[in-house]
Amino acid sequence: MYGNAYIEGGSDGVNTLVAGEDPVKLAEFEARIAAGDKIEPKDWMPKEYKKQLVRMIEQHAHSEVIGALPEGTWITRAPGFRRKLALMAKVQDEIGHAQLLYSAAETLGKSREDMINDLINGKSKYSNVFNYPAVTWADSAVIAWLIDAGAIVNQLANSKGSYGPYVRALERICAEESFHLKYGHDNVVFLATGTPKQREMVQDALNRWWEPIMHFFGPSDKASQHTEILMRWKVKMASNDDMRQTYLDMYVPKIWDLGLTLPDPNLKKNEETGKWEYTEPNWDVFKQVISGNGPCNKERLAVRRMAEEKGRWVRNAILRKEASYVTPLS
Amino acid sequence: MIVKSLDPRINRAALDDERTDGVQTPMDQFETYEVFQQIKRGTHHTHVGTVHAPNEELALIFAKEQFCRRGTSVNIWIVRTDNIYTTPYEDADMFETSTYKDYREPDAYKVMDRIQAFKERTKA
Amino acid sequence: MELTERHVEGLKELLYKMADDQLIIGHRNSEWTGLGPILEEDIAFSSMAQDKIGQSHALFELLNGLGENEPDIVAFTRNSNQFHNCQLVELPIGEYDFSLVRHFYFDHAEALRFEALMDSSFEPLSMIARKYKGEIKYHTLHADSWLKILAKGTEESFTRIQNNINEFFPHALGIFEQGDYEKELIEADIFIGEEALRTRWYEKISALLTSFGYSVPALDSATPIYGGRKGVHTPSLQPLLDEMTEVFSIDPTAEW
Repeated sequence: MYGNAYIEGGSDGVNTLVAGEDPVKLAEFEARIAAGDKIEPKDWMPKEYKKQLVRMIEQHAHSEVIGALPEGTWITRAPGFRRKLALMAKVQDEIGHAQLLYSAAETLGKSREDMINDLINGKSKYSNVFNYPAVTWADSAVIAWLIDAGAIVNQLANSKGSYGPYVRALERICAEESFHLKYGHDNVVFLATGTPKQREMVQDALNRWWEPIMHFFGPSDKASQHTEILMRWKVKMASNDDMRQTYLDMYVPKIWDLGLTLPDPNLKKNEETGKWEYTEPNWDVFKQVISGNGPCNKERLAVRRMAEEKGRWVRNAILRKEASYVTPLS
Repeated sequence: MIVKSLDPRINRAALDDERTDGVQTPMDQFETYEVFQQIKRGTHHTHVGTVHAPNEELALIFAKEQFCRRGTSVNIWIVRTDNIYTTPYEDADMFETSTYKDYREPDAYKVMDRIQAFKERTKA
Repeated sequence: MELTERHVEGLKELLYKMADDQLIIGHRNSEWTGLGPILEEDIAFSSMAQDKIGQSHALFELLNGLGENEPDIVAFTRNSNQFHNCQLVELPIGEYDFSLVRHFYFDHAEALRFEALMDSSFEPLSMIARKYKGEIKYHTLHADSWLKILAKGTEESFTRIQNNINEFFPHALGIFEQGDYEKELIEADIFIGEEALRTRWYEKISALLTSFGYSVPALDSATPIYGGRKGVHTPSLQPLLDEMTEVFSIDPTAEW
């Protein structure tokens, strides 16, 4: 599961983004993408395309690895066999997705070890939403349903992107995410239609997660040539606001269906425009969390560091010096 | 400070979240293997992705759970990525089949009209 | 042969200890999910933990058919003194070396137990043994491959594994603690009995460990750590159960 990539830059003009690129090759590259064809690892590509893709796929992979932690909080406490097995399988899938995505990013020349080091050192980011705690069991249900739902909106859009290895990874990931969504929904429905206590748990969790969910797709995109060119290159597939609208349209009615409320009195669909209206979430909070001051940022990185350190002797023991690393083929 | 986590597993590990010595000497990466899955006897093995593993034995073990934990499978292959030879994409024009090669295609052979005409002719 | 009440009690005792072993080791091993040493290994280890819990559920269902409470209630409402797992499986996950050695010891015992149960005169149990044959094959293959490669890895990896082999051998022998109905189970061809199973297991793991280059603890020098089968446990089990049942016990009558 994953939010939207934080695309950096924004004020640079197109000219600086493609400065020094061979105009003929650039034109061929853009024509290929415009025709709906995919770019494969060894193809010629603009430096900026490669840079943004590595950044984006890597962030996505990190988000899966870190995303295993909030729900992992409840892995030893899931109530009953069915939930216990399903939660284990779900958290496992997140690790599986990370594996697929690191491989996709590796095709662009950065090794998995380097990416994981950058994660632990705080050099590269992951989706903000995983810096929030899963306070009760119901939080894990809300995450599995509504955060994964957001991830699916994002990933379905990205799966129509231009980079072959990323598209292939996303195809597999989207198929698995549909299990997450079903599991999460099932879990929320059981709580919402259960005892008063269960209902209270899920309503509280929903109240806690609403702001992170609204933050999930990121702030409105600034109109910039940078955004424009990344969309033309099919690196970024939809605007943050468009994805947020798609999401609200798909899931708010389903939430209301269960008689649950959302903590935003202004949330409603404007029937004339067909757009959802809502109270703008506090984007300063969003920026604070991104810059490391969220409720769980420190813990998430400390846990990941621990996992890497605990596993280090294992990896060291099985490394074969004569066997050299090779970039995945596709 | 020791992390006070909501996750009991993390509390058991007693982590210090103030550590800054996270920078590790980068390790080498394991070898890379391409994974091919056969979902049913009689079908082709299909490329499904890659795994990193220290040897073939573990590559198979890893590939099995990463790529075959859902649905059906009867067989997997792993191949060292290094051992795969490919055509370059820039030579994709080699694969272009132009219309004059339609003699290879079944659709290029349409004789019903001719048979019909022959029948008309011989009936007369 | 006609099963007497004692045969049925013996059968239940066997099923309970197997189901509890599987539940507790599956639970322990699931603690690695998301925190494993290599992404690919994390996935493999998690699958095996899921398999164990799935097998445990199947065994509790068998018990349910024999008149015991339903699986969720049995698994999520008992206290440690009512659990019949061996102490080996309840120990905290420790470092990966311990988890791997436990996995090796336990899964070879389980594989041989299920192999023997394929011929059980109690048909539902022999069916379960057949059903999970493939899963367990993967588990022992996984354990063997890891112990093999770590033996030839670094001095550290060899020493870590060898130390765990030595230290937890008495716990592993605790898997084969005899129950009160060994004679009945054997005479009714329900199960070969713990003693025969231990002999097969020791032969198997000795051959494997020797071939990997480890030394094998001697049977006669070790005092098995028993108690688990009778509800006597280490201080690790009750906190594990408290944690496992934390949500369930908010309201055990609710549907979760």
